[in-house]
Amino acid sequence: MTTVETVTGAAKTMVLNMGPQHPSTHGVLRILLELDGETVVKAVPDLGYLHTGIEKSCEDKTYSQVITLTDRMDYLNPLGNNLVYCLAVEKLLGLEVPKRAQYIRVMMVELQRISSHLVWLGTHAIDLGAMSVFLYCFREREEILNIFEMFAGQRMMTSYIRIGGVALDPPAGWRQAVDKFLRMMPSRVDEYETLLTQNPIWIGRTKGVGYISPEDAIALSMTGPTLRAAGVAYDNRKVFPYSSYGEFKFEVPTRTESDCYARYLVRVAEIRESLKIVRQAMERILDEGPIKAEAPGIIPPQREKMKTEMEALIYHFKIFTEGFSPKPGDAFVSVESPRGELGCFVASDGSPKPLRVHFRSPSFINLQALPKLIEGQLIADVVACIGTIDIVLGEVDR
Amino acid sequence: MRALLTTNAELVITIVKIALLLFIVLTVNAYLTWFERKVVAHIQSRWGPHRVGPHGLLQPLADGLKFLFKEDPTPAGVDKFVYFLAPLLALALALTSIAIIPFGPDPIRLFGHDIYLGIAPLNLNIGILALFAITALGVYGVALAGWSSNSKYPLLGGLRSSAQMISYELALTMSVVGVLLMAGSFNLRDIINAQARHPERGILGWNIWPQILGFFCFFTAAVAETNRVPFDLPEAESELVAGFHTEYASFKFAMFFIAEYTSMITVSCLCTIMFFGGWLSPFPASWTVTHYLPSVILIPFGLWVIMDGVRYETIFGRLVLPAMGTAITALGLVLIVFPQVNAFIQAPFWLLSKILTFLFVYVWMRGTLPRFRYDQLMAFGWKLLLPLSIVNVILTSFVILAKMQWGAQ
Repeated sequence: MTTVETVTGAAKTMVLNMGPQHPSTHGVLRILLELDGETVVKAVPDLGYLHTGIEKSCEDKTYSQVITLTDRMDYLNPLGNNLVYCLAVEKLLGLEVPKRAQYIRVMMVELQRISSHLVWLGTHAIDLGAMSVFLYCFREREEILNIFEMFAGQRMMTSYIRIGGVALDPPAGWRQAVDKFLRMMPSRVDEYETLLTQNPIWIGRTKGVGYISPEDAIALSMTGPTLRAAGVAYDNRKVFPYSSYGEFKFEVPTRTESDCYARYLVRVAEIRESLKIVRQAMERILDEGPIKAEAPGIIPPQREKMKTEMEALIYHFKIFTEGFSPKPGDAFVSVESPRGELGCFVASDGSPKPLRVHFRSPSFINLQALPKLIEGQLIADVVACIGTIDIVLGEVDR
Repeated sequence: MRALLTTNAELVITIVKIALLLFIVLTVNAYLTWFERKVVAHIQSRWGPHRVGPHGLLQPLADGLKFLFKEDPTPAGVDKFVYFLAPLLALALALTSIAIIPFGPDPIRLFGHDIYLGIAPLNLNIGILALFAITALGVYGVALAGWSSNSKYPLLGGLRSSAQMISYELALTMSVVGVLLMAGSFNLRDIINAQARHPERGILGWNIWPQILGFFCFFTAAVAETNRVPFDLPEAESELVAGFHTEYASFKFAMFFIAEYTSMITVSCLCTIMFFGGWLSPFPASWTVTHYLPSVILIPFGLWVIMDGVRYETIFGRLVLPAMGTAITALGLVLIVFPQVNAFIQAPFWLLSKILTFLFVYVWMRGTLPRFRYDQLMAFGWKLLLPLSIVNVILTSFVILAKMQWGAQ
């Protein structure tokens, strides 16, 4: 077992401490590299610099209050985190979410996937020295954040998906905004591809770098684009469809090369697939209809009802003072986050606060593969490999 | 006093020229950062600096002041002497190399002396060799900085750049041999004059056409030599934090910075001189109408600056920009009114425009290309550039020999 302490460096090697403060470790990841010249002999990731105790904090919040904490876990995928937690609680409660809310959830989560992949592409490109792609990606991400702001009033920590549905009705003019984005985006993706896909330097930097065999990837429980680039077409949206994903038509892009270039191609293809899903979801969302499940005592009642019905007022008071108490039991749900399989385990002891909330975070588990990817490669490849695993340290440490 | 001045006139003139050139080069350096930031910003759909002064024109000044006033900590355990020597060496060598560049063919007659543009003597017959010797020494600045910092990232950066600069030095030197063979001289003035052998050919007489392979090798090697994107490995910020200058702050960092930009200017000058006819006009000599081109460019540009200036948001901008525009327009008009001045300005005008074009290409590459990896860089240098430049030398020699044999008839 290699731990931080065992990296001492032999007579011919040098130990380089990369991070926790380093421009390309995507947050506060620390990697101890044992180098022979520029070749990495051994690499040991060291985590915990962004430990926020989110999972523990969840135990001291009511079920509804936890949602705001999940936003802050994987800060590039707050809506996905909301979704997986809400799905788990809904499973625990046995709630049925209205179709309209499900489609809104799908649309928002897919927009989120695009924005997350854009951040990934931008930061990965800037790691390899392509500076402009970074700013182009952030330019388009801005459009997505504007859409989120329209829907939720917030750009990043939206907390838009709630237990039993979504927080608010889609705002006026949302169709035009989303439609405008959908019509603009394909040409912008082409633009990134023009700069990178055929670029000999880009290909040289990524092709054949950071190979992992499909067997190893499965053995290390890797999921998401990293696994799909190894040729394993595993996507939770297809395998365990949630939130009506079964009704949508989309492909799961895979490659077989399993190197950084393949992961890049898979993610770019996923952006295009997500655009298709957003288009379909947008067409399915009706103008009228419920956005929350009917469940007195769990879902806050509408304002109107509170003013006319006494029961509604009591429920409202109880939900916001005490919270609701699911029956003792537990539930596990996993969704496909931009980084891989994001799972959420919620256990209830019958009190208004969860007994335990645990997240199976894809960043943390994919990060295990890092030493395997980079040992024997050069320092410059370390940066490329960290980039293509697409880690978010907030999610790694939770 | 007067007697002293007259007896040492050459010395005095040279000192004044050095001071003037230093001032110009450092100012151009400062505004090169502004130019780079603006161009890259527009490539990336941003505005770039626009807060300090109109269009951010005072930003270089603010940056310079910031460098001067920043705290300058010396890390523990550095080799003090070498640590201080490295930036000095880098800057001094970069500035020295500019001295060899000639900036115009004709002298100005002042106080009874012919004053040529450029510091080096006219008959400096080792011109290009001296230049390469000086730039080759530039690697010491980087290597010593990396070594003396007593830190691992700078060490790796220093090692990389030593290897990189030495490898590309070879390709750089080999790639100009073709030009030297064609000109038959090391003197930069002679090299330019050799391209003017057929004044009627204009742009077609430049070395770029017969030496296109040499130019490709030279420019690529030169970019690597100056540590710019896509060869900026010694300071690859995403891998080595800031490479060899990680441990340098304040003005010591600024010295490295100025050195890098100065060598960019030197390389652009060299490209222009060796391959693009230096100060020669791209038009045939008989097209005297083209002599008004500087005015044709300056006057509309000046008017545009005035137009832009009167509409500028800040009062300062509304005062400064029209003044600048008026000055530029006036300069354009002066060139029309005084034909001698216009004739004299032709050579520096073309030289500067070509240099500016190359600097733009540098910035453009920075906005477009990703970075090479260390081993790919070495492979590229040794396996592609060096063989290509040697092939170029052999081809050129054969053609020259063939011309000597059969071309005479």
